[in-house]
Amino acid sequence: MDAHVAQLQMQYRNYILSLYQQGFLDDQFTELKSLQDDGTPDFVAEVLSLFFDDCVKLVGNMARALDQTGTVDFSQVGANVHQLKGSSSSVGAKRVKGLCINFKELCEAKNYEGCVRCLQQVDIEYKTLKAKLQDMFNLEKQIVQAGGIVPQVDIN
Amino acid sequence: MLEPELKLLYRINAQSWKDINVDVNHKVESRLKLKFLELELKLLHCLLTFTKQNVIEFDPLHINPNFSISVTVSNHMMEVCNCIEPQWPADELLMKYQYISDFFIAVAYFSIPLELIYFVKKSAVFPYRWVLVQFGAFIVLCGATHLINLWTFTTHSRTVALVMTTAKVLTAVVSCATALMLVHIIPDLLSVKTRELFLKNKAAELDREMGLIRTQEETGRHVRMLTHEIRSTLDRHTILKTTLVELGRTLALEECALWMPTRTGLELQLSYTLRQQHPVEYTVPIQLPVINQVFGTSRAVKISPNSPVARLRPVSGKYLLGEVVAVRVPLLHLSNFQINDWPELSTKRYALMVLMLPSDSARQWHVHELELVEVVADQVAVALSHAAILEESMRARDLLMEQNVALDIARREAETAIRARNDFLAVMNHEMRTPMHAIIALSSLLQETELTPEQRLMVETVLKSSSLLATLMNDVLDLSRLEDGSLQLELGTFNLHTLFREVLNLIKPIAVVKKLPITLNLAPDLPEFVVGDEKRLMQIILNIVGNAVKFSKQGSISVTALVTKSDNRAPPDFFVVPTGSHFYLRVKVKDLGAGINPQDIPKLFTKFAQTQSLATRSSGGSGLGLAISKRFVNLMEGNIWIESEGVGKGCTAIFDVKLAISNESKQSGIPKVPANPQHVNFAGLKVLVMDENGVSRMVTKGLLVHLGCEVTTVSSNEECLRVVSHEHRVVFMDVCTPGVENYQIALRIHEKFTKRHQRPLLVALTGNTDKSTKEKCMSFGLDGVLLKPVSLDNMRNVLSDLLEHRVLYEAM
Repeated sequence: MDAHVAQLQMQYRNYILSLYQQGFLDDQFTELKSLQDDGTPDFVAEVLSLFFDDCVKLVGNMARALDQTGTVDFSQVGANVHQLKGSSSSVGAKRVKGLCINFKELCEAKNYEGCVRCLQQVDIEYKTLKAKLQDMFNLEKQIVQAGGIVPQVDIN
Repeated sequence: MLEPELKLLYRINAQSWKDINVDVNHKVESRLKLKFLELELKLLHCLLTFTKQNVIEFDPLHINPNFSISVTVSNHMMEVCNCIEPQWPADELLMKYQYISDFFIAVAYFSIPLELIYFVKKSAVFPYRWVLVQFGAFIVLCGATHLINLWTFTTHSRTVALVMTTAKVLTAVVSCATALMLVHIIPDLLSVKTRELFLKNKAAELDREMGLIRTQEETGRHVRMLTHEIRSTLDRHTILKTTLVELGRTLALEECALWMPTRTGLELQLSYTLRQQHPVEYTVPIQLPVINQVFGTSRAVKISPNSPVARLRPVSGKYLLGEVVAVRVPLLHLSNFQINDWPELSTKRYALMVLMLPSDSARQWHVHELELVEVVADQVAVALSHAAILEESMRARDLLMEQNVALDIARREAETAIRARNDFLAVMNHEMRTPMHAIIALSSLLQETELTPEQRLMVETVLKSSSLLATLMNDVLDLSRLEDGSLQLELGTFNLHTLFREVLNLIKPIAVVKKLPITLNLAPDLPEFVVGDEKRLMQIILNIVGNAVKFSKQGSISVTALVTKSDNRAPPDFFVVPTGSHFYLRVKVKDLGAGINPQDIPKLFTKFAQTQSLATRSSGGSGLGLAISKRFVNLMEGNIWIESEGVGKGCTAIFDVKLAISNESKQSGIPKVPANPQHVNFAGLKVLVMDENGVSRMVTKGLLVHLGCEVTTVSSNEECLRVVSHEHRVVFMDVCTPGVENYQIALRIHEKFTKRHQRPLLVALTGNTDKSTKEKCMSFGLDGVLLKPVSLDNMRNVLSDLLEHRVLYEAM
């Protein structure tokens, strides 16, 4: 049983490291994890679910704003992007944040095609991240069910 | 009874025998009578033999009737007595001699054993008593023999002869036995004698040796005693005097003298003598052969009593001057003591010790006495060197004491002087400042009133002069304190950037008037919050910039501030090494004004020195400014210098000072110095978080909850205003969203809480932290700015700083 737990833990660790190395997550995510303690055992999960809900909502808003025929209200888009940027930076979604920064510039430049493309990328990106984090949570659950504890992964 | 007729045969002068008839008249009836007759016969015989004229020989049986002695002899008794006749006639001379000799022999022979017994009895040890007895017996018997022999000279009876024979036999036996015994005994006796002789020799030898040892021991004892005496004192004169006295006593000298070399070293001077109380000033040249001979060896040398060093007293007709010995005494100085060659004397300063035996005595110098003298000479040398060392050290100590006393006096005088000056300055300063203050104040007030132009001019002059005077007083006081070293820097945390700006603001009016544009360049890596003496740093910068403005008629002035590294150009004797949390601030003030002659540059920093000609002297200044600045810069462990290409080419003043980086600042790249977490546990701290972005809001809340705060969240400005109360200590508001409305909330909160202590602290959370944002925050009355996303440590530090200081400006 211990060997199984150890194996799972190793798997988990490698997975987390890969997420960081691939740029999906950054230090803010580590901070987020550090805020989770016995008093708030699901803090990270809650924040992340809120984030992803936010993503859905904001992307939807932006899609609608860009879909408008006629003049596109770039300021609206910009505001949403701003929100998304804020959210993503708060949770440590590095790639999403990076895209948002680009997106913001494009908005200010009122680059329609660029915006549309960027939005698509954002869409893909946050969904990918969501899937990956879901896997991570599953791994955590498995470890806990196997009787082990979720290891703290030191990024540095 | 027989009645034979006795016939006597006689002969005279060897003629033929005649016989006579002897009538026997009486019958001899007793032996006694016969004996008497015999005796008569013998007497007759003797009488006859004494006559020299005739030699009458008797046939023993006959008697000479010529002498009309009628002798009647009965002969039968004679036959009965059985006598033995001596062989020789009894009255012969030879016989007589023999008789006497025998007697004396007997006497001697009897006395010898007596003597032997007597002396043996007396002696304790005699191993051969048996032999003695034997020998005694032998001698006694011999004596007896001779004694008995005495009887045989005359006719004697048979018994005598028997006794004689017995004695002789015994004697023979004993003597043979003795002889045989002696064959064994005599070698032993001889060997005893030899051994005795040997032992006696040995004893004599041992005696000699013991005598020798005793003398040596005596010598040793004398040496020890002498040494003890000599070294029991450290006074040079006592040492030498004692040496002479003791030597004189030990060796029973007649005279003992010590010659010391003079200062020049060319002569020997008679310094100490034993007998003569006060020696006359008597010198001999040092190069005498006898002296060289003595100095050449460390042994004691016998010298002639007539040599000049030995001729110490008037020769008063003594026959034989006692033998004289001289030995060298090394005189050592401190400089001679080299550790490794102590036995080798590097300097050849010797004294000469001369010892004279008493005259008219046959005494000679013995080897052990010479050795004694040599040893003593060495000891004297050592003792003298010790005395010399002691003298030196005493002298040095006296000197030191004197110097100490003098120094003490000087120090006290200096202290008194300083105190007097300080008192004077303090008093005068206060006394002078009070009226000065009055003058300045009243003059300023007067300026405000209605004045005529002339009056105004006068008042202005008064004001200007009194300001100058006040500045001068301050400068002088400062400088004097600086020079004492009693000035201490007052360290505190301050904003470096602000400082520069203030200085510039102060100088700007004058510069504007003189149409000199001033530019300020602060290096981007210049720390903002530093620890140092703000006031004095400002003084320095003011002084330098003021000088630049003062002495420039045209051109521009540029002030540059940067953090200097060691590879920057610096004066060659100064290295800057940033240590720890310290750094060196370099300020360059460049002007294109009058410039300075490079030769005058060193004088600039001296007090009261002015380099300008009288014409420009009107620009004022006491000349103390740069001197004071230099002192301050030095206090701050820095350096200040001026570069100029020449007159008219402007000049650059540069100074480096050491400052410490304040703990309150946070910079990327510089390791975070965690502030003392005074409020680590923010348990129950009520805070309000306002953020439109739900995710951010949640994260911030999570952060604060983790720190233990009680968090209320709102998502809009209106809600925030509604909810905020005096219970909330801190309000975190997100100001990311473009627009200015966010900041209005701060104003509103300020309005809401008029009393300062009730108002919660306002912290802005923003995604960009450039200067404009910060300035905006400041201008809207926010107490702090935080960069999103906030890390836990950041939040913690910020909170604790905030609550402690009620103000926070986080560096970007």
